[in-house]
Amino acid sequence: MKLPDFQLPGFTRRDPREAARRDAGRRDGARPSGNRPRSRASFNLRGRLLLVGGALGLCSFALLGRALDLQVIEKEFYQQQGAARFLREIPIATSRGMITDRNGEPLAVSSPVESIWANPQELLKSPARLPQLADALGMDRDELQRRLSQRADKEFVYLKRRINPDEARRILALEIPGVASQREYRRFYPQGEALAHVLGFTNVDDRGQEGLELAFDDWLRGTPGAKRVIRDRRGRIVENVDLVRAAQPGRDLALSIDRRIQYLAHRELRTAITETGASSGSAVVLDVATGEVLAMVNLPTFNPNSVGTSPRDAHRNRAITDLFEPGSTMKPLTVAAGLEAGVITPASMFNTNPGWIPNGRYRTTDTHNYGVLDTTGVIRKSSNVGAAMIVHRLGDRQFYDFVRRFGYGERTGSGFPGESAGVFPAPDRWDGTSKQTMSYGYALSVTPLQIATAYAALGNGGVLNAPSFIKGQHGASHRALDPGIAREVLRMMQTVTEPGGTATRAAILGYHVAGKTGTSRKASAGGYSRRYIGYFAGLVPVDKPRFSMVVVVNDPDPSRKGYTGGSVSAPTFRNVMEGALRLMDVSPDNLDTWLAAQAEAEAKRLKASGRGVPARATAATAPAPATRALQ
Amino acid sequence: MNRYVILAVLLVANVATALLIVRGRHEHRLAFIALNRLDKARDELNIEFGRLQLEQATWAESNRVDQVARARLGMVFPRTEDIVVLRR
Repeated sequence: MKLPDFQLPGFTRRDPREAARRDAGRRDGARPSGNRPRSRASFNLRGRLLLVGGALGLCSFALLGRALDLQVIEKEFYQQQGAARFLREIPIATSRGMITDRNGEPLAVSSPVESIWANPQELLKSPARLPQLADALGMDRDELQRRLSQRADKEFVYLKRRINPDEARRILALEIPGVASQREYRRFYPQGEALAHVLGFTNVDDRGQEGLELAFDDWLRGTPGAKRVIRDRRGRIVENVDLVRAAQPGRDLALSIDRRIQYLAHRELRTAITETGASSGSAVVLDVATGEVLAMVNLPTFNPNSVGTSPRDAHRNRAITDLFEPGSTMKPLTVAAGLEAGVITPASMFNTNPGWIPNGRYRTTDTHNYGVLDTTGVIRKSSNVGAAMIVHRLGDRQFYDFVRRFGYGERTGSGFPGESAGVFPAPDRWDGTSKQTMSYGYALSVTPLQIATAYAALGNGGVLNAPSFIKGQHGASHRALDPGIAREVLRMMQTVTEPGGTATRAAILGYHVAGKTGTSRKASAGGYSRRYIGYFAGLVPVDKPRFSMVVVVNDPDPSRKGYTGGSVSAPTFRNVMEGALRLMDVSPDNLDTWLAAQAEAEAKRLKASGRGVPARATAATAPAPATRALQ
Repeated sequence: MNRYVILAVLLVANVATALLIVRGRHEHRLAFIALNRLDKARDELNIEFGRLQLEQATWAESNRVDQVARARLGMVFPRTEDIVVLRR
């Protein structure tokens, strides 16, 4: 009973209604008892309790009502709001598939890096920490401020992408609110510039931009997964709630490229370009039986690990995108066309006197007057006049259809992005001189890959395989030529690398090499300039060709090592093929020359040492190197 | 009487299933956490493997091998006269 009494004074003083009521009560009670203080009995306990209880009841009812409102009526809305603040669906990063060479050596590998991001709404609430963050990021303070202000209404902004995980950990250790990191992947190319053009590169989002990275982007790229997590206000993950979608890692890709041959080709081409002072060059090595690309190199090249700094010009895969007039490398096709049509035989004789024949207003000339040549001689000496005489016996359509069958004038089907089809117009668009100039490789343009493909068809018994960059995956193939004629032409091409041919420097000890040099003058405004392209295209070993290789050296400086295909390109061919034959364990088909060369070396050594070394001693030391040679 | 038994059974069943749901969700959460941990472990191993492959490829880079063989180990390519051909 003490409590109401105790509370009363303050109550009365404040509430006029209560005072009035009490006054009324006092008056009621005061009338009989006069001026006496009011008695405790007149104190209306029941009414007050009811009042308090009612007020409390109302309060709890209001609370209940509010609870009902929150939990039942507006539940959806509040749950959404809550989820929007803390529940996040975050992507699960996945790595891009690895690219390997044909032996499983890694050529492109994705490695994780961290990207620092921030929630500007959170971060801008603590501006005092910004300078510290800017310093940690190595960023200009004003720039950071500007970047955040621009995106103040957003919830995500990258601060620094693709940094070393250790560095990211250091930045996160500052515990600046709203700053978090995210795993991403970066592509590394251990082979560097040797393979840059074939592989291409990816952009900052790990999407293929050029080369095979672009062509097989869908295959290599994984599908990022998603998971639902609860995040606190610093962006840290408090709890993983659920897996929305499992991440699908990218698939690996095994290329047909052989890393060792690729490197060899790159090194030798670089040497050739440096020695001849050429502006650019390309080399392509194909596997004859399958059409697989074993090596494809271009110079100038770039470092795919830091693409930004290299000139755009160096990014082009010239072996596939650039067009050249094939020059004399065309002649084996011209001869094959003649043989197939039956207008010439291997024994046909051509009188190339006086070293030129007219072609409309122009002339077709040879470098020397070769006099009377047989069909083999036309190829061995690379006689333009001879080729012109052969093509004269063929119909326009006949010649055109034949060359088309070797893939000139259409894409090879390699699937490489940006591949050129070449320029090989149909006969109705030829002018009077076209056919004759085409017979020795002018007035049409092809890519180095097209030459390599056509030559591979000659080496493959006349069956042309579409080149492929993927191990074990072969494109369409069709018969382009009768196997007997292909064999015949190959034997003629063999004479090119033998004494008396134009490319003795392409000869490989122990192997027969079939090839053809080419030297084409570069077309410039209104005619042909005194600038050249040196080719060598060939097949080894003639017995059962394994490799088809084309070397193109563009614009060599004639004052250094000359400009003909036989002097600028043939040595590269020899060096690369020699190594490739050894690497791929191709058995020699011309042991006799090897034995002869060995006997000669032996004799020289005997003469140098001045006394006879017993034959048995040489035999004893022989086995180790000999097995290597025969392998 | 019968009605009360049914009611009681239903009530008990209701409570039991509710508890089972709670347990199920809890187990799901635990399992998901375990899955995440294993995923992370797998990823870490994959990453480590990738890094090692990269490192291996960098060491085995042809240009480097070529230079080490020639310069540091003094190796040369066998010349024609160094190779002996045997006929079998």
